[in-house]
Amino acid sequence: MSYKILVFVKQVPDTQNISGDAMKPDGTVNRAALPAIFNPEDLNALELALQLKDKYGAKVVAGTMGPPNAAEVLREAMYRGADEAVLLSDRAFAGADTLATSYALSCCANKIGKYDLILCGRQAIDGDTAQVGPQLAEKLALPQISYVEEILELSKNKVKARREIEGGYEVVEAPLPALMTVIDANEPRPAAARRLMKYKKARTPFELSRDHANANYTDAEALAVEQENLKSRGLLITEYSASEVGADIQRTGLNGSPTKVKKIQNVVLKATDSKMIEANEAGITELIHELIADHTLG
Amino acid sequence: MTDKKGNVWVFIEQEEGKIADVSLELVCKARELAGKLGTKVEGVLLGDKLTSCVDPLYHYGCETVYMAEDPRLEPFTVQPYAKVIIDLIKQHKPNILMFGATHKGRELGPRVASEKLAGLTADCTELEIDDFDDKVNKNFYKDKLMQIRPAFGGNIIATIVNTWDDPQMVTVREGVMKMDAPDTGRKGKLVKVVPELSDADTVVKVIERVREEKSVNLKGAQIIVAGGYGVGSKDNFKLIEQLAEALGGEIAASRAAVDAGWIDHDHQVGQTGVTVRPKLYIACGISGSIQHRAGMDESMKIIAINTDPDAPIFSVAHYGIVGDLNSIVPQMIKAFKAKA
Repeated sequence: MSYKILVFVKQVPDTQNISGDAMKPDGTVNRAALPAIFNPEDLNALELALQLKDKYGAKVVAGTMGPPNAAEVLREAMYRGADEAVLLSDRAFAGADTLATSYALSCCANKIGKYDLILCGRQAIDGDTAQVGPQLAEKLALPQISYVEEILELSKNKVKARREIEGGYEVVEAPLPALMTVIDANEPRPAAARRLMKYKKARTPFELSRDHANANYTDAEALAVEQENLKSRGLLITEYSASEVGADIQRTGLNGSPTKVKKIQNVVLKATDSKMIEANEAGITELIHELIADHTLG
Repeated sequence: MTDKKGNVWVFIEQEEGKIADVSLELVCKARELAGKLGTKVEGVLLGDKLTSCVDPLYHYGCETVYMAEDPRLEPFTVQPYAKVIIDLIKQHKPNILMFGATHKGRELGPRVASEKLAGLTADCTELEIDDFDDKVNKNFYKDKLMQIRPAFGGNIIATIVNTWDDPQMVTVREGVMKMDAPDTGRKGKLVKVVPELSDADTVVKVIERVREEKSVNLKGAQIIVAGGYGVGSKDNFKLIEQLAEALGGEIAASRAAVDAGWIDHDHQVGQTGVTVRPKLYIACGISGSIQHRAGMDESMKIIAINTDPDAPIFSVAHYGIVGDLNSIVPQMIKAFKAKA
């Protein structure tokens, strides 16, 4: 018996390296202005899925919602060991908050069909909300195990995992199918060289037609042939629009987001009555004496 | 809007009958919000054998406590808790529902929000009542909850409003809201809730559970010595420990130091850690992102030590020292020991 595991991943802006035009006037993120990376805890989720694949045999499908360029993280997932990839991409998804995101992903999971496990990273570094996993579990009416460190046992009907709790851990058991969110408790494997050579050619249909257009190559028949060719070699990344996964566009993107950004303020540092201390023994001794004198210390 | 407004609810988190501090902090905040809205503060308390929790909740400000006692609610698992809370929301239609941004609150809140199709804002650092004039969609909302949080790597502060159906849901980290002194004269009303749970709600079984109380108490500390990425290595973190020990303080860290694996998350100060207000906060090698400052800028006195004179931490510091902590920290220890 082989399992089918969906891993939902996210391409995120590298929040460590942010430039000034990172935000649009409507308060949403201008992703184009930022370097994009594979969300770190999603790599941990992928790693758990690949460990299950190694141990029990499984087909691992990596899925993401994002703009056409988000296909990059799907290729990265395939370099590491994912068997298939699905990109959920549509303008109707733009500006989604966590509720609208989880709705869209739930439609995608239903479209992909039968699965035994869904794994997600606990949270993405661009928002740190940790909400999409639990919301997706609710939308799909799945049992939810959050903050998973390790999967101890997988069998036909159930999964046993160790998860982090406040001040300790729990071992819990849930029937399949189930959803887990995964924390930074494993060492994600790097890309495998052989897989990289193979899957760097993987393309979404959109990317393929863009490549053709860029080359001023307009033969529709040739495009269709190449698409079939990629598909037969397992190199075609599935791409779904909102209508293809049966999503109600009143529930996606900005339409489907109950939270609205009222205003954005740039961070203004409040001026404090600040005193600079010389970084030498005399300066530091004086500071310590001052703090003892006013009873802050001692 | 003339229809009757719902109340302000707080999910009361408990572990073995001990109420989490963050829940009491939120009850105190709820009093302020409910005061502005002219509504009540109500607590939602789930678990088993909980009667001892009820009076303290009145004392901190709950006017009603909805209490569900059931063996299936102990230990905590997400689905039955979500079911009970959803049923209560449908019945009583609260205006606001707050969760502590703890492990439990962060997995339970979204599950409830998803079913209720409600908005949920994580890790708010301020909450206020104000009107929202949504010019884009030409809607005016009176007396909404302003959910304020740093966003996007701390480069901005966003004010978020939930424009859909109530409740307006938020999570808040421990220590962000201040806990007021309880008033033992306050009384409230207990509403016992009979959970309606099916087998499908309790499929996740806890087989083993190991936990200990947190060994660090940053919130109660008078003196805190915190290290950041500028400390440089796990080994070098000993300097921070030595200074904390000499001054009789607790050790803390920025997220960068925690992420680097130099120290445990229990020590993290900031938006996704603990918020502290000690007498003295010494920030060593911490650049001072908005998320970190949100967790410490109300300290009575702040000393910042950093090699970068432009580090944002200096803007909140009362005393700034530009230089290498490797020489400055030992000098501080020496100067203190000589005098004390």
